[in-house]
Amino acid sequence: MLECMPEGEVVHTAGKINPVKTCQPIGAMYAALGIHRCLPHSHGSQGCCAYHRMHLTRHFRDPVLASTSSFTEGASVFGGAANLKTAIKNVFEIYKPDIIAVHTTCLSETIGDDLPTIIKQSEVPEGKVVIHANTPSYQGSHITGFSNMVKAMVTYLAARDEETIRKKRVNIIPGFVNPSDMREIKRITSSLGVDMIMFPDTTNVLDSPLTAKYDMYPEGGTTVEEIRDTGNSRLTLALGAWSSNAAGAALMEKCGVPCVPLKVPIGLKATDDLIMTLKEKFDAVVPDDLTLERGQVVDTLIDTHFHYQGKKVAIYGDPDIVVPLVEFVLTMGMIPKYVITGTPGKAFEEQVGAMIEEAGIEDYIVKAEGDLFDLHQWIKEESVDLLIGNTYGKYIARTEDIPLVRVGFPILDRAVHPLMPITGYKGCLRLIEMISNALLERRDRDCLDEDYELVL
Amino acid sequence: MSMSEEMMGDMLEKYPEKVLKNRKKHITIVDTNQACQQIEANTRTIPGIITQRGCAYAGCKGVVVGPIKDMVHIVHGPIGCAFYAWGTRRNKARADDNTPPEKMFSTLCVSTDMQESDIVFGGEKKLAKMIDEVVEMFHPRAVSICATCPVGLIGDDLGAVAKAAQERHGIQVLSFNCEGYKGVSQSAGHHIANNNLMENVIGTGPERDPNDKYVINILGEYNIGGDGWEMERILGDIGYKVNCVLTGDTSYLEIKNLHQAHLNLVQCHRSINYIAEMMETKYGTPWLKVNFIGVEATKKSLREMALCFGDEELIRKTEEVIAREEARIMPVIEHYRKICQGKTAFAFVGGSRSHHYMHLLRDLGMEVVVAGYEFAHRDDYEGRQVIPTLKIDADSKNIPELHLSPDPEKFKDAHVHLNMSKEKFDELNKKVPLNYYEGMQPDMKDGEIMIDDCNHHELEKMVRALKPDLVFAGVRDKYYVQKLGVPAKQMHSYDYSGPYAGYNGALNFARDVANAITTPAWKLVTAPWEKQTQ
Repeated sequence: MLECMPEGEVVHTAGKINPVKTCQPIGAMYAALGIHRCLPHSHGSQGCCAYHRMHLTRHFRDPVLASTSSFTEGASVFGGAANLKTAIKNVFEIYKPDIIAVHTTCLSETIGDDLPTIIKQSEVPEGKVVIHANTPSYQGSHITGFSNMVKAMVTYLAARDEETIRKKRVNIIPGFVNPSDMREIKRITSSLGVDMIMFPDTTNVLDSPLTAKYDMYPEGGTTVEEIRDTGNSRLTLALGAWSSNAAGAALMEKCGVPCVPLKVPIGLKATDDLIMTLKEKFDAVVPDDLTLERGQVVDTLIDTHFHYQGKKVAIYGDPDIVVPLVEFVLTMGMIPKYVITGTPGKAFEEQVGAMIEEAGIEDYIVKAEGDLFDLHQWIKEESVDLLIGNTYGKYIARTEDIPLVRVGFPILDRAVHPLMPITGYKGCLRLIEMISNALLERRDRDCLDEDYELVL
Repeated sequence: MSMSEEMMGDMLEKYPEKVLKNRKKHITIVDTNQACQQIEANTRTIPGIITQRGCAYAGCKGVVVGPIKDMVHIVHGPIGCAFYAWGTRRNKARADDNTPPEKMFSTLCVSTDMQESDIVFGGEKKLAKMIDEVVEMFHPRAVSICATCPVGLIGDDLGAVAKAAQERHGIQVLSFNCEGYKGVSQSAGHHIANNNLMENVIGTGPERDPNDKYVINILGEYNIGGDGWEMERILGDIGYKVNCVLTGDTSYLEIKNLHQAHLNLVQCHRSINYIAEMMETKYGTPWLKVNFIGVEATKKSLREMALCFGDEELIRKTEEVIAREEARIMPVIEHYRKICQGKTAFAFVGGSRSHHYMHLLRDLGMEVVVAGYEFAHRDDYEGRQVIPTLKIDADSKNIPELHLSPDPEKFKDAHVHLNMSKEKFDELNKKVPLNYYEGMQPDMKDGEIMIDDCNHHELEKMVRALKPDLVFAGVRDKYYVQKLGVPAKQMHSYDYSGPYAGYNGALNFARDVANAITTPAWKLVTAPWEKQTQ
């Protein structure tokens, strides 16, 4: 496999080969699915919408509904206003959502369609809402698109009521994570006795049960009313700088809700930070159950450290997942040798580099806006014991015979992962299990007969 | 089971007036008493309707060009278009005598990853640089560059960049202006890809050995799940020489030699009929619409092919292989047929499979009661005889039409290609419909539905109203159909199984369909405590 890859040093400066990112609108579509009774709408030609629905469907193995403006060549030259107005009318009449969340593509952005004006001129039935986010595919990545749509929820919907007392409640922006992770973060927050509004929230939308009673708008998702009410909360937790900070800052500016930026709670330290922040800001009492869960993680780390300590790992994926993941593998005593995100942002290199150096590791490479071609070239130069990332790394895994632990987005070749958290203390256990098992299975496969052990 | 006018009314009642007027023309309840039932197709998608259609880029890069394994395909655009077409269509490829492993580029995703500055100042320089780097790194035999939506708008001249790069590197650089907004669906992309391959690649290879017998091409076969390989196995056993499969597991080298065949087989009419027709004009090569999906359909196609060459030995060998293969697989098929017999299905796929699979499902005792295409044209529904009456509307008129004339050196009459006399050829033409496709409609029965560009609302309504036993569609329809309690199989990706073509394909398909229907979990949908309260 991949026999075509060049040997030795090569120059690759223009474009991307085997990217570790995709484009903005899919992130916006995912965010919009986290609003109750919302139909995401893609303002561009229909291929984008088809692709984004397809990719989300393949990751979650659940229905992903979205409409599109279906640009033709005429609209592409003269503007897509008529297409969007027709779409809004048709969607409300045929599919009856409570809210349409419009995002754009490189097509409508290059043309310069003025969405606020078009939306103002559209027929929106009484009590229904249309919001929009500009999501040009030629800036940032799918994470930027997620961030832009979550920010649009704030700018369009969040409001501060007249009352002077803020509700003793936290807003949680969970970042671009699976529904299982949102579920886990809500469980931890509830167990601390803190009221919350999570937005967006794709639990019960993209992890829905099969009951033979399908509803196009599943039970889940944050309601428009709840998003409006975020303006009255006491605090916002923005989990993941790339996914959530922009919306947190917008909510601060618009409604005066203070925002604490945190990492997505992957790993022990990031989960501790989430719990400590809630404890301090809401005088919450940490229940014994959480203390027990944490203790179980520490117990397991001590029990299993010899499975993975000192192993070299390459990690690639979205920055808000990769940053805490690197922190956790350092907690595990592993060596993050190569760390890549496709999403732009120098902060990634600084943040990850600082963590690795603090652990006393000097020989490593961290790159934002990198791709899997880069990673493969480095691995050929000096290999690693483990890969952690999305499905696309499987080609390197096979070619270089390195075990792959699937974490992140998208995972297209395995099931169940969107139903199992990697966040919280439960997520720590799952990550330890996946990493240990991958390495132990490789040991069982590779060792001599006389070294084949019953107990490991 | 069939659809009544009343059920149809119920399905359409929600529509705003303009939508209703439009959609009615795209839906036909089959009535064989009527001489010709016209369906509207290949028109623009209604905004907001939740179509399943994709774009011209998908039709060009994703379908036709992408599978060519020894070329590096550079997508000129922001990252998404390249990313989503990376490994997602299962057009299998492997190294072979023509193409060593180091010339296989099928697992790469190459994108110019346009940034805002490229939109503002143009992306030509970056594209040129990427071509240089790619050629230097990978040494491909040829390079393709595929345009995406913004490229046309900002005025990047792909043709000029390609020409300059071709001169710099001495290998062919093909540029495809397949911007996503062109035409109304994937179909425009097929046409754009066909034109370029015909104009610039096909026929540039050497002449064939005149002693080669029964040389064929399979056009419009993309080797999804290994379909093309199964066809090649059967055809090879009979004694055909498969010159080139367009474009499943195909190399650029083989496409150059496409003109070497005596007969073109057309599996997917929609995507490749342009090349079939243009090769007929330019080289005189006759083409035969075949269908290798289904036991009976495969047999019919093999027999028609044998007639085309009119050779006794070939006919004998054909019957021998048919008998051998059927003896091998029919007992197993029979086992699955007992499970499938009498069941109904919907088939809503891209531009050809809805028709092809009717035959295989009938082999299993199943009936397709609702069939439709995302982006087929009227000739795929009604047959090629309607082509002279087709009007090209404003949305598709900018897709270029090539007007070719016979090649002064390489053109031969069809009967010369088939090595028979003119008289014998005229006889053959009465028995075998050369250069013709009859469309899907003749294979459908009264009360069954033919539907074009079916949307989410319509499919959901029909599944609820007609309660089919199985729905064949794409990945975007699969999961909500299953949430409704109806098994759904992906007819584009085969749910990662295959091949489904030929004899081994029929076996695989029968097993997969039976498993989809009988999987034990379907009996566990209702929780026991919910049953007790009822």
